[in-house]
Amino acid sequence: MSNNIIDLKNISVSFDGETIIDDMNLYIRDKEFITFLGPSGCGKTTTLRIIAGFQQPDSGDVIFDGKVINGVPPHKRQLNTIFQRYALFPHLNVYENIAFGLRLKKTPEKEIKEAVTEMLALVNLKGFERRNISSLSGGQQQRVAIARALVVKPRVLLLDEPLGALDLKLRKDMQVELKNIQKRLGITFIYVTHDQEEALSMSDTIVVMDSGVIQQIGTPTDIYNEPKNAFVADFIGESNIIEGVMRADFWVEMAGHKFKCLDKGFGVDEEVDVVVRPEDVDVVPVEEAMISGVVTSTTFKGDYYEIIVEIKGFKWMIESTHNQTVGSTIGLNIIPDAIHIMKKSKYSGLYGDYSSFSEEFDELSDATYEEEDE
Amino acid sequence: MKKKSSLMTHIAGSPYIIWAVLFIIVPLCMVAYYAFTDKSGNFTFDNMLSIGKYTDTIILSIWLGLLATVISLVVAYPLAMIMAAKGPEKQSRMTMLIMLPMWMNFLLRTYSWMTILEDNGLLTTGLNYIVDCLNTLPNVSLDPVHLINTRGAVVLGMVYNFLPYMILPIYTVMLKADRSLVEAAQDLGGNKLDVFRNVTIPLSVPGIVSGFTMVFVPSVSTFFISQKLGGTGTTLIGDIIETQFQTANNFNLGASLSFVLMILIFICLAVMNKFSDDDGGVVI
Repeated sequence: MSNNIIDLKNISVSFDGETIIDDMNLYIRDKEFITFLGPSGCGKTTTLRIIAGFQQPDSGDVIFDGKVINGVPPHKRQLNTIFQRYALFPHLNVYENIAFGLRLKKTPEKEIKEAVTEMLALVNLKGFERRNISSLSGGQQQRVAIARALVVKPRVLLLDEPLGALDLKLRKDMQVELKNIQKRLGITFIYVTHDQEEALSMSDTIVVMDSGVIQQIGTPTDIYNEPKNAFVADFIGESNIIEGVMRADFWVEMAGHKFKCLDKGFGVDEEVDVVVRPEDVDVVPVEEAMISGVVTSTTFKGDYYEIIVEIKGFKWMIESTHNQTVGSTIGLNIIPDAIHIMKKSKYSGLYGDYSSFSEEFDELSDATYEEEDE
Repeated sequence: MKKKSSLMTHIAGSPYIIWAVLFIIVPLCMVAYYAFTDKSGNFTFDNMLSIGKYTDTIILSIWLGLLATVISLVVAYPLAMIMAAKGPEKQSRMTMLIMLPMWMNFLLRTYSWMTILEDNGLLTTGLNYIVDCLNTLPNVSLDPVHLINTRGAVVLGMVYNFLPYMILPIYTVMLKADRSLVEAAQDLGGNKLDVFRNVTIPLSVPGIVSGFTMVFVPSVSTFFISQKLGGTGTTLIGDIIETQFQTANNFNLGASLSFVLMILIFICLAVMNKFSDDDGGVVI
């Protein structure tokens, strides 16, 4: 018997002829913290709803603990959900909200009281029993939602962008807290988010999705250091995605220079996408440099400067603790370890360089993600 | 600046205040004045004391009003639920269908029911045909159906006329309810019945309360429906009040009856509100 708690086999879903999930295969190990990460409309929430039982796949099987549970309604599944906007019952107080699941199971009143008290302690809300839901802050409502789902002792907890409505500081605190709760209780967490930082800092495994297809599955370090294609490289963190040619094993040519790298197994002269993270580029004097370019802009980011350098018509982003003057020519070095080679994919060439700032667009899509992703 | 803006608010608000004073406060005071005076304007409790002989009528009015309200609720609730679950296009079409009869004159609608229910009317003739058929069977002996001028007809008239006022508030509340609450209840182990009992009904209480109010109040005080569909056998408090003003010319008794009715309705609704235990969005 494997230790997989959930297996998705050949899951496909479409709404109104539009494919939402395309032949997805995925296994989830017991007790792991797994995150579905992707932009709005990538199918991550739909996947979660299929696991929870709110949505039926058009084809494919959902296997829970070795049994196919396709037709099993949500209330008979051993998993619970934290909803995007918490979905707390407004007509019940904190205590009754948490007790809801236990009452449905006809648990004796004494046990309910013990369990609710224990849960309130777990989420740091002691003494809030009689409070009205509407009198709680977003963070507190979030905790009640967690307590309400955990009190019924699920094998798996599903979390649908649970921190989306909280402000940044609170979100960071809750990230740590959620991770601690998961470790302490030793249950599986399936977490959905569009926030790559959140995914990187909390997960054991990240599943990067786009347009209903899994792009990459791996640990946070794998995903960051070894992105499979341009989409993953672009979505996770900042990256310079440069067109290059593999001249031989361990040698890639880009920006007019042959770099030594650690990748092999490509055809001779095969066109590839090369990823170089901004923090991995070193600024050196021009005469010692592998490549050089003209600084076109710099931005102070607090602990570093974000410097845009134009090299042979392509604008790179680099991060440096020292500022550079706009218009000056600087030299750049990249060590072999910092170069990551990807095969060409349908995402190649989509992301361009840093000649226009995409941050603005990121924010735009941030604001709309809530409405779209339901 | 501040003073000016508050002056503006006063000016903007004044039509409403004048309206409220002229058409709500003043008439209420006049009702109270007439209720506690005799024909020559002297203060008296005689009107109030003579209401005692109408106790049966008042009880009947409240009973029939309550019956009509409860029937409306039973009919309206599932309908509102079905409507709220449909797509937006179907929803607006169904709302339209519910509103449509209300665009027709209230008197006309009640007259239509008269012709349907009367002894030679469509429904009665049809039902009596079935009765005749059944009577040909051995051991069956049914009386011919009589619909018009019964209490049942009055309740039917009330339900028919006021049903939309029950459907719409319940439908609105259900429409606004967060669907994820239902999912959350399912998620926590609730089957369909559990979800309905523990989430759907409690969340729709404000709608029920306001629908209840909007059906109960006009039902209790109606006089036209009871006159046309209830005949002489079903005289309601509304009929008596109407008689005092129209034919008996006893404004004082009419006013005191209205006054008492108002207080009774107020008590009924206060009890109702107590039940709902909800502090927001309820019409009293």
